[in-house]
Amino acid sequence: MIALDSVTKRYNGRVVLDDVSITLGGEGVTALIGPNGAGKSTLFSLVGRLVRPDSGTVTIDGQDVRTAASGDLAKTLAVLRQDNHIAARLTVADLVEFGRFPHSKGRLTAADREQIDRAIAYLDLEAFRERFLDELSGGQRQRAFIAMVLAQDTKYVLLDEPLNNLDVRHMGEIMKLVRRMADELGKVVVVVLHDINFAATYSDRIVAMRDGRVIADAPVAEIMRPEVLAEVYETPVDVREIDGRPVALYYA
Amino acid sequence: MRTDTVAPTASAPEPAVASPRSRLASAWARPGVRLGLLVTLVLALAAVYLFTAVPGSLEYALKIRSTTVVAMVVVAIAVGVSTVVFHTITQNRILTPSIMGFDAFYMLVSTVIVFFLGATTFLRADPVTLWLVQVAIMVAFSVFLFTWLFGGKRRSIHLMLLVGIVLGTFFRSLTEWMQRMLDPLDFQVLTDTGFASLTRPDETLLLLTGVLVVLGCIAVLPLLRTLDVLTLGEPVAVGLGVNHRRVIMALFAIVSVMVAASTALVGPILFFGLIVANLAYSYAGTFRHRWTLPTAALLGVVFLLGGQLLLERLFGFGGSLSMVIEFAGGLFFLYLVLRKGAR
Amino acid sequence: MGVLIGVCLVLLGIASLFIGVSDVSPAALLEGGTDGTAAFLLAASRVPRTVAVLLVGASLGIAGLILQMLVRNKFVEPGTTGVTEFATLGMLVTIVLWPGMAVMGKMGVAAAFGLVGTWVFLRVVRAVPVRQLVLVPLVGIMLGGIVGAVTAFFAYRLDLLQSLGQWSQGSFATIMAGRYEYVWIAGVMVIVAWIAADRFSVIGLGEEFATNLGLDYRRVVAIGMVVVAVITAAVLVTAGMIPFLGLVVPNIVSLIIGDNVRRSIPWVAGLGALFVLACDIVARTVRFPYEIPLSVIVGIVGAGLFLWLLLRKGSRAH
Repeated sequence: MIALDSVTKRYNGRVVLDDVSITLGGEGVTALIGPNGAGKSTLFSLVGRLVRPDSGTVTIDGQDVRTAASGDLAKTLAVLRQDNHIAARLTVADLVEFGRFPHSKGRLTAADREQIDRAIAYLDLEAFRERFLDELSGGQRQRAFIAMVLAQDTKYVLLDEPLNNLDVRHMGEIMKLVRRMADELGKVVVVVLHDINFAATYSDRIVAMRDGRVIADAPVAEIMRPEVLAEVYETPVDVREIDGRPVALYYA
Repeated sequence: MRTDTVAPTASAPEPAVASPRSRLASAWARPGVRLGLLVTLVLALAAVYLFTAVPGSLEYALKIRSTTVVAMVVVAIAVGVSTVVFHTITQNRILTPSIMGFDAFYMLVSTVIVFFLGATTFLRADPVTLWLVQVAIMVAFSVFLFTWLFGGKRRSIHLMLLVGIVLGTFFRSLTEWMQRMLDPLDFQVLTDTGFASLTRPDETLLLLTGVLVVLGCIAVLPLLRTLDVLTLGEPVAVGLGVNHRRVIMALFAIVSVMVAASTALVGPILFFGLIVANLAYSYAGTFRHRWTLPTAALLGVVFLLGGQLLLERLFGFGGSLSMVIEFAGGLFFLYLVLRKGAR
Repeated sequence: MGVLIGVCLVLLGIASLFIGVSDVSPAALLEGGTDGTAAFLLAASRVPRTVAVLLVGASLGIAGLILQMLVRNKFVEPGTTGVTEFATLGMLVTIVLWPGMAVMGKMGVAAAFGLVGTWVFLRVVRAVPVRQLVLVPLVGIMLGGIVGAVTAFFAYRLDLLQSLGQWSQGSFATIMAGRYEYVWIAGVMVIVAWIAADRFSVIGLGEEFATNLGLDYRRVVAIGMVVVAVITAAVLVTAGMIPFLGLVVPNIVSLIIGDNVRRSIPWVAGLGALFVLACDIVARTVRFPYEIPLSVIVGIVGAGLFLWLLLRKGSRAH
């Protein structure tokens, strides 16, 4: 379980996370939604020990993120951020190999190579193995990064807006992948999403944030209601049922 | 190696033996081969420098020239390794650690000693102790700067560099002010100390610098793979379990030691590291530090030895190697920035 | 606040007229009359020096302000962008190629080189991501370092290294009537900047905004470049290199009254003049009767101010 207990975080005097207490980790896929500036990426940064909370604690499986050995934590938790721009010229294989670093510290064993091959196959990247990252399309590059996260072989996987800058076809691919990671590989996946409908279709539980606070935390069916969504996004949202699935309409 | 899983159809049969050209190409693709070539080049240049155009007794010439070669190797290793590591830490390939003004600090320390303790103390001081004190203070200063500006809430290498440069100007002005407040006799003592040159290094100091540089390299060795991970940037490196702050600080300390030592020996070297490091990345063909670090060091020796050979034997500009190298390095820097931006 | 600056300027200006090795006190003036040595010194040395100090302070501040607008970065000035170094190279070239050239000519060549330097810097900066504010002056300083190394190399080969050091050292010690008038050109540039002030403000918003508002972006940038280059050259020829001024003064003014160029120009000019005047007085008095070069004092104080600007809370450098 990832547990945040009364966590507050300020940047330049502005409160970005306001006394947030939440546990993540029971169900397969949890979607984190909310408007810009709600604090979602900051929450990920706190869990991923990139920044420290001003008050409160963050624990993963009972261990405080601040005091746990970073190397051990990397075997339990993997975080993929929004902007991934890497200066060095890496091939897909190089990148995915790095995913094994917490386990191998750079010296790859046969078991490591197996994990790498498996991750590449799972993401359908075999044909691009030796290609450089900057030669790939946006969707392929995103898959490469997810393959690296997969190779890291962690129980918890946090993905921050993985669908940004992808075209429609790839968005669906990635979300199906996320679902498979939870169902087939038993991982606990938390995804930050902008599109509420993707969240509704592919996740089990939705956590809604606004202004640094969690304002809703429930299974999908309970969140996909006009009153709840209107409060989250501060604009009227209509919810219809199409083919037995709830769809949010926020265009009018 | 990937194996093709396409079902065999009527395609051209695979050649039984790879053609010589493709064999050469695949050999060239291996970083070990490229490194080997570089080592051969270095040895050849050294042989030419040491044994050709001997004006008098070979033994005497060898004695002087071998000191020069050793100095060049030491400086090349220091500059090459520290610049490459620095590039990885800062995630930027157009900056060098020496713009932080190590040389200004060096002069300041000498001036302060003369100012407060008098010229006689300075002259009578044991040069080894003096040198060690100066290097130690330089390293302490840069590590302090680093911790102050990078360790806490502000995390910007660029800010730290700019502050270092400003402090460099500050130190230079302070040094000059102190020098002008000095007794003219004391002042004379200071103007006589300067930096040694690559071609006439002090032997004891050379030995000391060499020891420090070797120690620095030994310290870097266990961190080679971590350096590779650092190229992915801070967030990813932290995600993969690297203790980012501690590793960066350790690496920076090593860089400071090497830059401080080589500055104390031969003076400020601003742009040499730039040429060497950037060429090393292209030549080595890989981002992995176990190849780029030795390549940078060896390329450094090639430039220094080769440059000196050209200047000395061909053009007769014996003493201007460092200036020419700085000039060339600077032009190269401009080319780099105008070509691919200052990422 | 403005009144305070004005009053200080007048007081210090008058004080500056009377500081020096020879006796030029009111008493000496009264004694000697208009033909006496005191009066002569006043006219030939003290007044020109004080005027030069004021003009240099004002114009360097303005040059920094303009450059900051052009680059859209608060941490630049001619000294951190290679412009000064280019102008110095120009001076070296004139000494070598046309040794007999009049000072006006030397200044012209230096200005031309400075113009090239500004152009190179602007080109280089375009390649730097705008968000990394602190990277721009870093790149500029490295650029300056290269050009400085080139200049030093040629000076070394031509045995001019010592002279190079001497005339690029920032100092007002050799100012006297007949040899300083070129700095008035810098003053003219300040007026030009004042006239074009509003346009420079708009330039500070960026090319898209400026063009949208109907401004000929390139022409205004060119005018700005010329102003900066001419001021740099004029100051270089008259007084040598003075660090940090063009950076520190506009930033302090910006903190107090914001970035409207038309409003800031008088403030920048005034504060710049006051700052240099104060430093010059210190330079003349701290080790009386010897004079410490101005650039040393400005280097110490200016560096301190620059660091404060970089590291204070709320600075956008971090």
